[in-house]
Amino acid sequence: MAATMQPEAVRPSMNGESDFSRAKWAYLDSFLSRPGAYSDPEMFVPGEIPVKSISESAQILVIGAGGLGCEILKNLALSGFRNIHVIDMDTIDVSNLNRQFLFRAKDVGKPKASVAAEFVMKRVPGCNITPFVGKIQDKDEAYYKQFNLVICGLDSIEARRWINATLIDMVDDEDPDSLKPLIDGGTEGFKGQSRVILPTMTSCIECQLDMHAPRAAVPLCTLATIPRQPQHCIEWAHIIKWEEERKDIQLDTDEPEHITWLYQKALSRAEEFGIQGVTYSMTQGVVKNIIPAIASTNAIIAASCCNEAFKLISSSAPSLGMPGTNNYMQYTGDAGVYTFTFEHQKKDDCPVCGNLPKDLTVDPEQTLEELIESFAARPESQLKKPTLKTEGKSLYFPYPPSLEEQTRPNLKRKMKDLLSNGEQLAVSDPAYPISFRYNVSFS
Amino acid sequence: MLKIWSMKQQQQKNEAASGQAKKKKVTAAQLRVQKDLSELSLPGTMKTTFPNPDDILNFTLTITPDEGLYKGGQFNFSFAISQNFPHEPPKVKCKEKIYHPNIDLEGNVCLNILREDWKPVLNLNAVVVGLQFLFLEPNASDPLNKDAANDLMSDRDRFRRNVRSSMGGGQVKGESFDRVLLK
Repeated sequence: MAATMQPEAVRPSMNGESDFSRAKWAYLDSFLSRPGAYSDPEMFVPGEIPVKSISESAQILVIGAGGLGCEILKNLALSGFRNIHVIDMDTIDVSNLNRQFLFRAKDVGKPKASVAAEFVMKRVPGCNITPFVGKIQDKDEAYYKQFNLVICGLDSIEARRWINATLIDMVDDEDPDSLKPLIDGGTEGFKGQSRVILPTMTSCIECQLDMHAPRAAVPLCTLATIPRQPQHCIEWAHIIKWEEERKDIQLDTDEPEHITWLYQKALSRAEEFGIQGVTYSMTQGVVKNIIPAIASTNAIIAASCCNEAFKLISSSAPSLGMPGTNNYMQYTGDAGVYTFTFEHQKKDDCPVCGNLPKDLTVDPEQTLEELIESFAARPESQLKKPTLKTEGKSLYFPYPPSLEEQTRPNLKRKMKDLLSNGEQLAVSDPAYPISFRYNVSFS
Repeated sequence: MLKIWSMKQQQQKNEAASGQAKKKKVTAAQLRVQKDLSELSLPGTMKTTFPNPDDILNFTLTITPDEGLYKGGQFNFSFAISQNFPHEPPKVKCKEKIYHPNIDLEGNVCLNILREDWKPVLNLNAVVVGLQFLFLEPNASDPLNKDAANDLMSDRDRFRRNVRSSMGGGQVKGESFDRVLLK
């Protein structure tokens, strides 16, 4: 950290010629062109290989182009990554402009992914960013297969669980390219975390689900009877009053008229109970569950995520997430400053990575009943009362009774009429703590 | 990156799995609900109804208490479970308009584990037991229906009479209720 005034030297490139295009990466290249104190000689061959990994071969997917996403895209581009894709389904809101620094007032209403991509590409020539405006669920495994690494800057647990399960299911033991490390950043006010997941190898998002603090909730009866805080009045308007008076209208939290209605209801309730402080923006915050985002926390977490990405791709230094080592960095800035890095253990009974789907060959002419009988013979599933379901269809539920009755006719039906070739079948049984999943192929 | 793969091969020496393209995957929330349903244990006073048996995330629970003040009534609760389950609790509402200190006239239910005390380790059985308990021991100290709670607290006999007349579809203090009596 000492010398900040080094000359802008043009370092000789790997083949000895002066290479102007890499001049601006001179400092970066010094980490890639010589061994570091902690670099693993088995993994890291200084020189051309890591330089090319970062600048040419690495294909990075960034999920989210919001508070974290802007930082991540900027950091990746300034770390020399040149092949980046970014997914975000959102458009730019005026309230994003204070921290999502790739956006300007003229961009309000435009898609985040395309504006962010365009800005960074203009600022960092040679960097290629491909935006996709849409949901991660719109893309299939063939799309995710093209990347070497996925970085998430998301605010949704549902989206995290989806990409986690997708990357885990993509792992094919025959194909090294199918393993995509997942780096996940997250912030909430002054707190945040960054973590690295090697799908199927180390603790996954689903194993770590209890690390997400549940949304703080106030008992309904407090809202209904003795509100004490302005937020209680807003929640009351949101949960109770709306249902009472506008049941037939679907609440749209982006619709100003709806927020105004809730605000006025909350305000009059607050007056009734002598509570101060209900405002329009507080109403918006409570109803949309807006967690105040702090630009610097995003910067810290995004920086950590991108450093891990750089180390993972280049192998120039040990990264978070190797099996048996630390994989989770917690940052706490609200009660002093504290960071803690630890190994979150993989859970044997994780519903996503604890029991990976197995292949199951099924005779399409076989009935469901015959299939269930054949399960008894499988060593891993000496099942007593198996429940069978595919994504879209309940095949057989021995319990509860109503569902048993509704699914009983399926027992006599042929497998080819119940599911399609390649579909996933989930089997659970009270005798086992986790469910089994099978990828069915017809014989 | 190469070393990660050799570690992976080391880790999985004995396991054989293969990765052909999979189309429709069962979501983590579905898996958990499937597991919870298979472990449900419903007493004779409760049953479930699935409008669409292929959609296990939406169903109705019917409670017919066989003791307590609400004996003889039949109460339906809608369960709506999101893809965030079990991070988020199921959304549960009473489908009838009933007179109960912990259930408001819109069907909102004040049960701690449905809101502030929900934890992902809790399962559907815990919710079902909690709902049943509300009919055995209505709780005046956590009121959603303030009038009912006041009645329960101040005059248990009047509360009992109000419960009976409301269950028969009658009025209590000018508010009319849904008829929920079995016969």
